Amino acid sequence: MNVVVCVKQIPDPAAPASLDPTTHTLDRSGKLILDDSDSYGVEMALQLAANVEGSEVTVVSMAPNSETSGLRTALAMGAAKAILVSDGALAGTDALGTAKVLAAAIRRAEPDLVIAATESTDGYTGTVPVQVAELLGLPSVTFAKAVATDGSSVKVERQTEAGYDDVECSLPAVVTVTAGVVEPRYPSFKGIMAAKSKPVDTLSLADLGIDPSEVGFTGARQEITDVSAAESRSAGEIVVDEGDGAQRIVAFLEQIKVV
Amino acid sequence: MRTRLDPQDPLALSSLLDADDLLTIQTVRRFVHEHVEPNIDRWYEHAEFPRHLVKPLGELGVLGMHLQGYGCAGASARMYGLACRELEAGDSALRSFVSVQGSLAMFAIWKFGSDEQRLRWLPAMAQGDAVGCFGLTEPDAGSDPSGMRTSARRKGSDWVLDGTKLWITNGSIADVAIVWARTEEGIRGFVVPTGTPGFEAIEIRRKLSLRASVTAELVLRDCVLPADAVLPEVRGLRGPLSCLDEARFGIAWGALGAARSCFEAALRYAGEREQFGRPIAGFQLTQSKLVEMAVELGKGELLAWQLAQLKDNGNLSPEHVSIGKLSNVRQALAIARSARSILGANGISLELPVMRHMTNLESVATYEGTEEIHTLAIGAALTGQPAFR
Ligand SMILES: Cc1cc2nc3c(=O)[nH]c(=O)nc-3n(C[C@H](O)[C@H](O)[C@H](O)COP(=O)(O)OP(=O)(O)OC[C@H]3O[C@@H](n4cnc5c(N)ncnc54)[C@H](O)[C@@H]3O)c2cc1C
Ligand SMILES: Cc1cc2nc3c(=O)[nH]c(=O)nc-3n(C[C@H](O)[C@H](O)[C@H](O)COP(=O)(O)OP(=O)(O)OC[C@H]3O[C@@H](n4cnc5c(N)ncnc54)[C@H](O)[C@@H]3O)c2cc1C
Repeated sequence: MNVVVCVKQIPDPAAPASLDPTTHTLDRSGKLILDDSDSYGVEMALQLAANVEGSEVTVVSMAPNSETSGLRTALAMGAAKAILVSDGALAGTDALGTAKVLAAAIRRAEPDLVIAATESTDGYTGTVPVQVAELLGLPSVTFAKAVATDGSSVKVERQTEAGYDDVECSLPAVVTVTAGVVEPRYPSFKGIMAAKSKPVDTLSLADLGIDPSEVGFTGARQEITDVSAAESRSAGEIVVDEGDGAQRIVAFLEQIKVV
Repeated sequence: MRTRLDPQDPLALSSLLDADDLLTIQTVRRFVHEHVEPNIDRWYEHAEFPRHLVKPLGELGVLGMHLQGYGCAGASARMYGLACRELEAGDSALRSFVSVQGSLAMFAIWKFGSDEQRLRWLPAMAQGDAVGCFGLTEPDAGSDPSGMRTSARRKGSDWVLDGTKLWITNGSIADVAIVWARTEEGIRGFVVPTGTPGFEAIEIRRKLSLRASVTAELVLRDCVLPADAVLPEVRGLRGPLSCLDEARFGIAWGALGAARSCFEAALRYAGEREQFGRPIAGFQLTQSKLVEMAVELGKGELLAWQLAQLKDNGNLSPEHVSIGKLSNVRQALAIARSARSILGANGISLELPVMRHMTNLESVATYEGTEEIHTLAIGAALTGQPAFR
């Protein structure tokens, strides 16, 4: 079974982020790391592959400046190989453009199962994986909180507001996993050393046969017209307990409609 | 655009990191964050070694990570150093365990052992399935190990060991002890399974430093070992001393982790604690302490970096390591003490890591060569005049 995991490499969320003042795009020139959301996908893929004889996990990423740090993390965790798409013409690519690029790269890996996160940590449109599925002509199952496969079909517990749906679907298919579904393993030092010699296939748009005008700022159908700072959080209300603390907490929870 | 100083990395030394270094830091930090930080104060308070972490440390691949083959990762010296730094930011006890396991016990077998000894012990020790200790120091031979009394004599083809080793890290939890003893052919090393009749390990209690680490006395009484228990490839003090060089390299890095943890605690506290109507970070005297810490940390990192560079290129001398151990542990202690003073009364509590690091560093300053001994080693190299005795 060929399992492909989409892994986004993002600026370290712990470091302060900055937006380009004219294009409003995120500054991605610094060091990028494996998006935490995708470490769950990688772990899930490794676990599923371990259960089906002859399986292999390939990670696929689109990122600027031939960045491989995040891919290295996934390879050190145990993925067998990586495909990276990096091309100057990709700057400013929107979600659909990203999906086109990823779909073309994924197709090369002849996947039986494609895994992605439900949404990334930095862009979080949550739209890329289903667009990839559509472009590849594959079914997609989203919001998986548990996944099992025998190599020919996949069984998923699909998270809903009330609980979960049991969904079954034949392979090949695209599955998106929610954060926390599995406990991502530590890349071991043996894994880190082994990752050095694992193949990373770096592709340009030309390699994928994609016309540069379909992607980047020119191809983007989505334009960020304006950005503004989020309202800073106010100090909050301090309730002094005068014997009615419990009731006032309940009243507050009712007011914000959580009970 | 003007680059600004990052208080987390005042000298912007992260620009020296490559992808493997970054992965090393991320991985070990996460391990320490998840497995060590939540409980270390309790382990320290109750003088408990977190034995349940030995196996996970093996799975992480940190035990003997810088050795090649036999189930070891074969990582660079720099990755090993960074791992030591991150472990010791958790607690020196953890780094001590890893140093003794990988750089003393495993290294001795890896470097001086027979193929049978290597195959018997190294994969199990790398996996965390077997624990090792290293017995050099004795009640009457510390800085001067040439004064050791433990002896090994031939009896037929067997060896018989007698003597006492003191202050032996991991001693009472070890499956195998590397014991150095005098023989008719000079000092030799022995691989002693701790279940051998005549071998006994007694844990040393009432320590006020490295409380989350096991330290023991080893007693060998008519301890009979087969002929193949001896490490075949080395004779003389060069054997144990070259193991110590390996471990000291990790200590020069590790001490920086403890120091960084103290600096970060002090910086945070100084920003939050208000006296005389303002944060104490706003007083020049406090700033002077914080700045001194940041400057020394940066210098220590560069020093450790250069040692790693030399080691990875095969150009590291024992005296280079002495410079690193001497300076970085000394500065780490100074940083810990200064950080403690910034925390006022809270500084003496186990709620914050600083005093724990500070007392740990007292051991780190003593073991693997005291300041005086490293000063004499560097002095001898500088002047050509050994002044040890
Ligand atoms: C304010 C703003 C600025 C932006 N600036 C830039 C920019 O400068 N450069 C730029 O490239 N994009 C930029 N983007 C992102 C871009 O517009 C799309 O949003 C993005 O490509 C789609 O990703 P997402 O993070 O929204 O995906 P989501 O749909 O939230 O991602 C879901 C999952 O799809 C997979 N996935 C998504 N993207 C990738 C990828 N690149 N490689 C591998 N797997 C992936 C991952 O598994 C991910 O978890 C910006 C977005 C915003 C909102
Ligand atoms: C927690 C802990 C763990 C340890 N783990 C191990 C272990 O796993 N294996 C092991 O073999 N050992 C271990 N040791 C022992 C350690 O290596 C010794 O304590 C160290 O070498 C110093 O020896 P000593 O304590 O006998 O001090 P001494 O050698 O008696 O020194 C006492 C003082 O005299 C000074 N001094 C000695 N000679 C000179 C000189 N020529 N000129 C000037 N000053 C001098 C020293 O610097 C020191 O200040 C451990 C120690 C501790 C505290």
